[in-house]
Amino acid sequence: MAIIAARARPRLSSKRPSKWVTIGLFLVPVVAFYLLFVLFPVVQAAYYSLFKWNGLQPLTNFIGLQNYSTAIASDTFVTAVGNNVFIVVLSLTLQVPFSLFLALMLNRKFPGRAIFRLIFFLPYVLSEAVTGIVFTLLLQPGALIDSSFKDVGLGWLVQDWLGDTSVVMITLFVIISWKYFGFHMILLLAGLQGIPREIEEAAQIDGASRFQSFRFVTLPLLGPTLRVSVFLSMIGALQLFDMVWVMTGGGPLNASNTMAIAMFKAGLKNNQMGYGSALAVILFGFGLLVALAYQRFVLRRDVEGAVTAFNG
Amino acid sequence: MSAPTRLLQALHGGFGRFSLSSGIRYLVLIMVASVILVPIGYAVLGGFKSNNQLVGDPVSILPAPWVFSNYTDVVVGSNAPAFWREAANSLIIAAIAVTLTVGLASLAAFVFARMVFRGREAIYTLFVFGLLFPSAVAILPLYILVRQLGLSGNLLGVALPQAAFALPLTVIILRPFFRSIPAELEDAAVMDGCSPFGFFWRVLLPLARPALATVSVLAIVTTWNAFLLPLILLNGVDQWTLPLGVMNFAGEYTSDKARVLAFTVVAISPAIVFYIAAERQIVGGLTGGAVKG
Repeated sequence: MAIIAARARPRLSSKRPSKWVTIGLFLVPVVAFYLLFVLFPVVQAAYYSLFKWNGLQPLTNFIGLQNYSTAIASDTFVTAVGNNVFIVVLSLTLQVPFSLFLALMLNRKFPGRAIFRLIFFLPYVLSEAVTGIVFTLLLQPGALIDSSFKDVGLGWLVQDWLGDTSVVMITLFVIISWKYFGFHMILLLAGLQGIPREIEEAAQIDGASRFQSFRFVTLPLLGPTLRVSVFLSMIGALQLFDMVWVMTGGGPLNASNTMAIAMFKAGLKNNQMGYGSALAVILFGFGLLVALAYQRFVLRRDVEGAVTAFNG
Repeated sequence: MSAPTRLLQALHGGFGRFSLSSGIRYLVLIMVASVILVPIGYAVLGGFKSNNQLVGDPVSILPAPWVFSNYTDVVVGSNAPAFWREAANSLIIAAIAVTLTVGLASLAAFVFARMVFRGREAIYTLFVFGLLFPSAVAILPLYILVRQLGLSGNLLGVALPQAAFALPLTVIILRPFFRSIPAELEDAAVMDGCSPFGFFWRVLLPLARPALATVSVLAIVTTWNAFLLPLILLNGVDQWTLPLGVMNFAGEYTSDKARVLAFTVVAISPAIVFYIAAERQIVGGLTGGAVKG
C-alpha cells in the first residue's frame, strides 16, 4: 500500500499543474487576441463617445453625453434608425414567412429538389457589395427591370427605384431579401427535417387537416429554429451597411441612411470620431435589446443557457 | 374508380410527381429560381454585349454579336493588372485570416470541449457574445487601434480583425465536434505518453477534419466577401480587395456598363465555383449538418 501511495502521489501532483499549463497555453492567446480585436474596441467606442474628438489629436475635450443628445436631436440619425427598423419589420413580416413557405415546399423528396436548394442559397455566398453593383445596373432608368415591366404592360409601376426618397428603402429591402431568403430557408429546412414525419402523420390520422397539422404540430416544433432565424435576421438588419453604401451611399438626401452608414460618415468622412462612436454605442444598444429579448424569451430553452451568464 | 375520385386523389398527390399540387410546386419553385438566376445571367451575358446592345435592347437575352473584349480586358488586357492585384490581396487576407481563425478556434474549442475547470462556461460565453452584437459597432475604434499598432494600410491589419471576428462562429461549431470524440481515445493517447498538445495535434485534429473543412469554408466565404472592414482599414488602391475593386471599377466606368458587368462576373466567379464545390460544407456548417438529401 505504502509503495503504491508513494508512486501515485508524484503522478497526481505532476498532472495537476499540467492541466492549468495546458489551459493557459491553449486558451490565453486566443482569448487575448479575441479581446483585443473584438471586445476591447466595443469598450473603446463607449469611451470615445464621451469626447469631442477628430480621431487624431489627444483625447482632451470631454463633453459627457453631449454626443448622444446631438444624435437624438439629429433628423438624419433618427431617419437612419427608422430605416433600420423598417428593414427589421419587413424582414420579420415578409422575408421570414416567405423563407418558411419555400422551406415547406422543399421539405419532401422530389426530383430536382437539390438543384432548387443550390440555386436558392446561391445569393448568400455572393458579396453584398457585388450584389449591389449588379442590381444598380439592373435598376438604372430604362435598363432590364424597367423594360421588363413595360413589356408586360406594367409600365405604370416603373419608379426611380434608387433615386426616389419614398421608394429607395423598399427597393433595398427587396434586394436584401433576394440575397438572404435562401439562408433563412436553409435554416428552416434544417429545422423541418428535424421533425419526425410520423408526428404530422399521426395528427392527420386523428383528423387534423393539412393546415391544422401545420399550425398546431409543425409550427410549434419549429419554434426554436424560427426564433434563431428571426434573431439573425434582426441583427443583420440592424448592421446593414455594404449594400446600401454601394447602391445609394445613404442617399438620395439621406433617405436610405442606416445607423452603420451614419456612423461611418460621421467617423471617417467628417472626422467626428466621438460622435460616430456614440452612434456605434446606440447601435450596440439596439443589438443588446434584441439579444436580451431573445435570451429572455427564447435562448434559455434553445441554446442550453449559453448567454444566461450575462444576465448577472 | 370514378372520375371525381380520381381527380380528388390527384389533387392530394395520389399520382406522385404528376399531381396538380406538385405541378404548382414546380411552377412556384421555377419562378423563384428565375428571380435568382435572371440577375446573375444578365450580368454574365451582359459582359458579352456591347454598350449599344445593353442600352438599345435591354431585354433581349443573347448578345448579338458576341463581344469578348470586355472579359479578355479584365483577365489579360488593360484591366487585368487591377483585377489580379485585387484578387491577390483578397487571397492573401483570406489565407491569413482563415489559418489564424481555424488554428486559434481549434485550440479554444479543444479546451472548451475536453477540459473541466472553473470559469470555463464564462469564457465560452464571451465567444457566444461575439455572435450577438452587430460587428459594425467595433469599426471606428478598430480603425484607431490598427493605426496605433502600425498596421494601417497593411493587409495584415485587415486579416487580424477579420480572423478575430470569425472566431465565435468557428469555436461554436467546433466545440461539439471535439466533444464527440470518445474519451477512451484520449486515455489511450495519454497512456502512450502523449502530451495534451500531442493528443490535440496527432489525434483530435485529424479526426475532426470534416469539421475543420466546414469552418474553413465558412470563414473563407466571410472574409472573401468582407467589405466594411477593408474599406475602413486599407488606404490605397494598391491594397484593395475584390469587393472594393468592383465598387471602384463601377464608379470609374459609369458609362461602360458592359465592362463593369464583365469585371463583376469575373470577380464573383471564384465564389460561385467555390460554392458549388463546397455546398455541403457551407450548408452543413450553418445548420449543424441537419439538411439531408
